[in-house]
Amino acid sequence: MSDNTHAAHPTQPASAYFMVEQKPLATRTTLAVIVDNETGALARVVGLFSGRGYNIESLTVAETDHLKHTSRITIVTRATPAVVEQIKLQLGRLIPVQRVIDFSVDMPGIEREMALIKVANTGDQRVEALRLGEAFRARVIDITHSSHVFELTGTPTKIDAFLDLMKPLGLVEISRTGVVAISRGPEGML
Amino acid sequence: MLPAETADAPALHQDSSAAIDSIATESLTGAEIVVRALKDQGIRHIFGYPGGAVLPIYDAIFQQDVVEHILVRHEQGAAHAAEGYARSTGKVGVLLVTSGPGATNAVTGLADAMLDSIPLVCITGQVPTHLVGSDAFQECDTVGITRACTKHNFFVSDVADLPRIMHEAFYIARTGRPGPVVIDIPKDVQFKRANYLTPAQVPGHRTYKPRTLGDQAKIEMAVELMRRAKRPVFYSGGGIINSGTRASELLRELVALTNFPITSTLMGLGAYPASGDNWLGMLGMHGTYQANLAMNRCDVMINIGARFDDRVTGRLDMFSPGSKKIHVDIDPSSINKNVRVDVPIIGDCTRVLEAMLSAWKSQPEPALERLDDWWGQVAGWRARNSLGYRKSSETIKPQYAVERLYQLTKARKTYITTEVGQHQMWAAQHYHFEEPHRWMTSGGLGTMGYGIPAAVGVQTAHPDALVIDIAGEASVQMTMQELSTAVQYRLPIKIFILNNEYMGMVRQWQQLLHGARYSHSYSEALPDFVKLAEAYGAKGIRASTPDELDAKIMEMIDHPGPVIFDCRVDKLENCLPMIPSGAPHDEMILPDADELGSGNATVSEAGKTLV
Repeated sequence: MSDNTHAAHPTQPASAYFMVEQKPLATRTTLAVIVDNETGALARVVGLFSGRGYNIESLTVAETDHLKHTSRITIVTRATPAVVEQIKLQLGRLIPVQRVIDFSVDMPGIEREMALIKVANTGDQRVEALRLGEAFRARVIDITHSSHVFELTGTPTKIDAFLDLMKPLGLVEISRTGVVAISRGPEGML
Repeated sequence: MLPAETADAPALHQDSSAAIDSIATESLTGAEIVVRALKDQGIRHIFGYPGGAVLPIYDAIFQQDVVEHILVRHEQGAAHAAEGYARSTGKVGVLLVTSGPGATNAVTGLADAMLDSIPLVCITGQVPTHLVGSDAFQECDTVGITRACTKHNFFVSDVADLPRIMHEAFYIARTGRPGPVVIDIPKDVQFKRANYLTPAQVPGHRTYKPRTLGDQAKIEMAVELMRRAKRPVFYSGGGIINSGTRASELLRELVALTNFPITSTLMGLGAYPASGDNWLGMLGMHGTYQANLAMNRCDVMINIGARFDDRVTGRLDMFSPGSKKIHVDIDPSSINKNVRVDVPIIGDCTRVLEAMLSAWKSQPEPALERLDDWWGQVAGWRARNSLGYRKSSETIKPQYAVERLYQLTKARKTYITTEVGQHQMWAAQHYHFEEPHRWMTSGGLGTMGYGIPAAVGVQTAHPDALVIDIAGEASVQMTMQELSTAVQYRLPIKIFILNNEYMGMVRQWQQLLHGARYSHSYSEALPDFVKLAEAYGAKGIRASTPDELDAKIMEMIDHPGPVIFDCRVDKLENCLPMIPSGAPHDEMILPDADELGSGNATVSEAGKTLV
């Protein structure tokens, strides 16, 4: 029972009254949201984020159980711990949401993202790009005399690093999936 | 085995398995399914307005007489009427509107129900499936528009899903934290046939099963804090009302046992009787001095069914700085949203209060003397008489009008609705509620125009009760047309207008915050409310002086039909006490302060930007 109870939790979201300027540390959080795959389920989740001013760094979604019509949405967000807590609870209010998993709290998880990267070059640049691709274990899935497309899987930072390397080597276009995540170890999360 | 019932047998088949068997294979049109599901859900009144996209449902309504339809004058009125109906009965309120403008007009009422956790089912017509997305006549994306202002919504693309969706909608609306649910039904689906399912065949929802039982360890932790508390306070809210009358009974028992003082939010008034010894009055921006000071100085705060709304907390970083906070809420997202609490208990108020009571009784009574100092402090704050006002023999003070209304109606079974503004706060301060479900007001959304349609809904549910809308002359004009509904259905609602010719709360804030520049808050042209009442076929009464007030109020009460009462009150009276924007609980403007002045002395620059 100390007077600094609130100071210990500096974020006070959603109040018109809290006028103290503060910039608490936002952390990157990966959430898996298991939803009934019904009409508008994704719109509810996305609308919640925009409506309440939360940010989305990446979002992926697909049906993971065709018989039970269950989809898994993986969302990467950046927010303070208190806001992350609210995001999870607000997601829990949505009727189709069955479960929300926070990989920074509930269970350590691993993340992967895939990117398709088109590079147009010839000569030394082409040799260098292909050599770097090998070092990153990228696969070449389309090739012409003057271009190729890499398929690269890894953490978002690995993909960022590869893209930086490709920029001076004729990078043309990027398509990224956004992050998918799963927990480590033998236990399932469902 | 019971004999099988025929298709047109009376409603409510839940208890009869034979009936279920017989109608399980019954083929009905979508429109018939809607009406049958309403009957089977126990719905006897719905509020609505017809239009092209709901004509098949209106046709089904025409051919039965179990569900009575109340024709409103605007779809917003249907939503507020359904809210009043729900709030005063504890049942789900139902409205039926057409596509496009019908749905968009209902949106304000849906948003209102969302913020005040009122269970509603709103059935909207939609253009036929093959026209959806073509910008057809009276088409709008109803599920898209209402997604953010409903607890859940459905688009019915296949009539076979309709029976399940109807029952799920009622389940979702009333279960957990209640709220509005929209069912959008294209016109072609209303004509197509499917097998009907009874509520017993659709008992709930596949995955939505909110938790109602509180965590026992947390409840014991809470009770232990309460036993040791020296300066405790109960802070109760609308969750108690939503949980049902049993919750109010349990709350009263717990307050009596513990002898703790209790305050309540605007939405929770009536859960604990205003005549009770432990009652501090309402808290918050226009709450009493004793309620707000008790919140500020307490050592243990027991929040039951309230959500630390900004009207209540005031400045958050100075909110009740020295207290351990217990928070009982059925919605996990309310916990730690605005205020960090020490003992969160997720559950239904009734279940948690039951558990709290038995935990309290399982141990010897703590010494009551430990609260003596605290009650002494409370007595000192009460002595400030923060609801006092300067009486006048020439003009009717609005507080006096509400006081007299209370004195002259308290012996009756009276339900009060309000609009939004000064009159609403005066009603909350000076009308004293002894029972739950008697007070209907727009708390969260603050919807001007709520009161008349809500009164229509309340009177529909309670035909013999006295239903009064305590109103302001500005708010009341937003949905005045619903008086026509009241006249049509012989609903003797009383519209008691505290007429000060200003949007009073706007004017008060302009005085407090904007140098008394009354920008567009004065009504230069008001209708003659007495003639207006007569034009609608109702009775009009006007009172302008304090000495004629009582007789005129009695005339209003005694009139068997709807009445507009034009109560001409002091034009510039301010609603006090008041916690200015951005100020903590112990910095209130009290009625004996030198009025508000036209300066800005009491409000910080930061506070001016707040609402």
